[in-house]
Amino acid sequence: MTVHSQGAVTAPQDAPPKSAGGQQTPPTTKGAGPSAPRRGRKPLPAGWLPYLLIGPAVLSLAALLLYPLAKNVILSFQKVDKIEFIQRKAPFNGVENYTQLLGDAHFWTVVVRTFAFTAANVALIMLIGSLVGILLNRLGTWMRLVLSMALVMAWAMPIVASVTVFQWLFDEQFGVMNWVMRTAGFSGYDQHNWFESGLSTLVIVTVLVVWGSVPFVALNMYAGLTTVSGELYEAARMDGANGWQTFWQVVFPNLKPFFTVTTFLEVIWVFKAFTQVYAMNRGGPDRASETLPVFAFVEGQSQGHYALAAAISVLTIVMLVIVMSFYFRLILKQEEEQ
Amino acid sequence: MRPATVAKNLGALVVAVVFVFPVYWMFSSALKPSGQILSKDPVFVFTPTLDNFTKATGVDLFWTYVTNSLVVTVGAVALALVVALAASFAIARMKFKGRKGLVLGVMMAQMAPWEVMVIAMYMIARDAEMLNSLPLLTAIYFVMVLPFTIWTLRGFIAAVPVTLEEAAQIDGCTRGQAFRKVIFPLLAPGLMSTSLFGFITAWNEFAMVLILNKDKTAQTLPLWLTQFQTAFGNDWGATMAASSLFAVPVLVIFVFLQRKAVGGMTAGAVKG
Repeated sequence: MTVHSQGAVTAPQDAPPKSAGGQQTPPTTKGAGPSAPRRGRKPLPAGWLPYLLIGPAVLSLAALLLYPLAKNVILSFQKVDKIEFIQRKAPFNGVENYTQLLGDAHFWTVVVRTFAFTAANVALIMLIGSLVGILLNRLGTWMRLVLSMALVMAWAMPIVASVTVFQWLFDEQFGVMNWVMRTAGFSGYDQHNWFESGLSTLVIVTVLVVWGSVPFVALNMYAGLTTVSGELYEAARMDGANGWQTFWQVVFPNLKPFFTVTTFLEVIWVFKAFTQVYAMNRGGPDRASETLPVFAFVEGQSQGHYALAAAISVLTIVMLVIVMSFYFRLILKQEEEQ
Repeated sequence: MRPATVAKNLGALVVAVVFVFPVYWMFSSALKPSGQILSKDPVFVFTPTLDNFTKATGVDLFWTYVTNSLVVTVGAVALALVVALAASFAIARMKFKGRKGLVLGVMMAQMAPWEVMVIAMYMIARDAEMLNSLPLLTAIYFVMVLPFTIWTLRGFIAAVPVTLEEAAQIDGCTRGQAFRKVIFPLLAPGLMSTSLFGFITAWNEFAMVLILNKDKTAQTLPLWLTQFQTAFGNDWGATMAASSLFAVPVLVIFVFLQRKAVGGMTAGAVKG
């Protein structure tokens, strides 16, 4: 669901494919029978039915996802700034948008920033999420209920609402965060502006994204831990393993598919996270907190460089596809291993 | 209790407080009198008031935002369920040419970076004279939630043993009846969890409506949330009241369905 937000939100959906496939494949192939007896209704020619069933889905994906995607790619090879936009002209200018971007230091700054932002977020999400998942597994029934309810509340918070809450928590004058810092004995937090630089803005965004994403990882990690049989822990203890060794020798190998797939999903969600970054501070101050999706958006909407923005988004998609190809290969490999 | 147990429980309590605090702070700020919201040291004890809610819901077009959000979200989710049910049944139960390609396509579509395509979307909508159109917004949200709806339902359908269907057919059901009477009831948890996540995605969507629907009469609640923050200063009480109202439906549905939802997706997700 959530990139988490939005990412976090869609999280669960993406989850089943990877490992569920293993058990689900057999019925698929077995149940493929148009051979089943059909009565009471005029049978459709066996070959048509599946296409009739998938038709609406395929057509709507083509019309509303593939077509805009294609339009976006074409636009990236045109020259469309404010004037052309108003006159509805779109002369082609070859790869000029791309050469302009690739030769622009600002673009590369945003690329590096996006990768650093993604790496930091995913590392924190996986680390904290796993620790909280392990903690959940070790708690008594009541405390576990309390903690998981708290996690569910954070998970269910709509992103736009949680962005406004974090802006309020970190407000310059009346934010509770400045009060916490003052109370904890740090000076200089009387009117501290947390949004004064791009870096500190992204730190707040990170806190928000990690807060919103950890519940997904933690609750799934907990569910995964309950499937690891107690005998394995027992055996590890008999062999004299400490907590750290038990984790690496017992828990990690058993949950490896969970770790790899969740990490990739989080990478993809954080990389394309838009609402959290944009709504927090509009990519500011001075465009210093823009990540790639926000950069494309601001370049097009506020600066009126529509075709250039399209080129940025094409490059963003290319990078995502590279990440995704690793992810898909991983899933395929896991399915084969089962 | 042993010291280790105490430490564990204390740790869990701290983590729980950290995660729930922003949600608590949103609701409590929403209920604070304006004098106590704007206080340098946070006020924890106060006499609750509904002033902020009155202000947040008193804006022009409030009910238009509510209606738009509901129409667009429910429409998108309902459409996605119907279309996805058909497609996922075909994927889970039938052999046909191009099935593998379709599965891969659905997986990839699931990760489409919608927000980076918003400019192309704007141009298409403008050329089709469909800016400020709720049907277009509904259609876009429908396609946003469609891939994961197909994906999840496929898993749920595949989990129903084929023998159940065959038994029904032997008892004289048509294939359609077998689906309606045997599989459909077993899909209830799947339908619930997919609609929950579809609902959250569409309810939350921000970039498309921001760009495509500049006309306030065609906007949805996420934009209403941000309108109490202006260049002249932020009305934090009203913002928190609006955020609370926006979050409540999702929180309520989620808390009710979370067991099913978490169970549904972890069943296959974590087993490796």
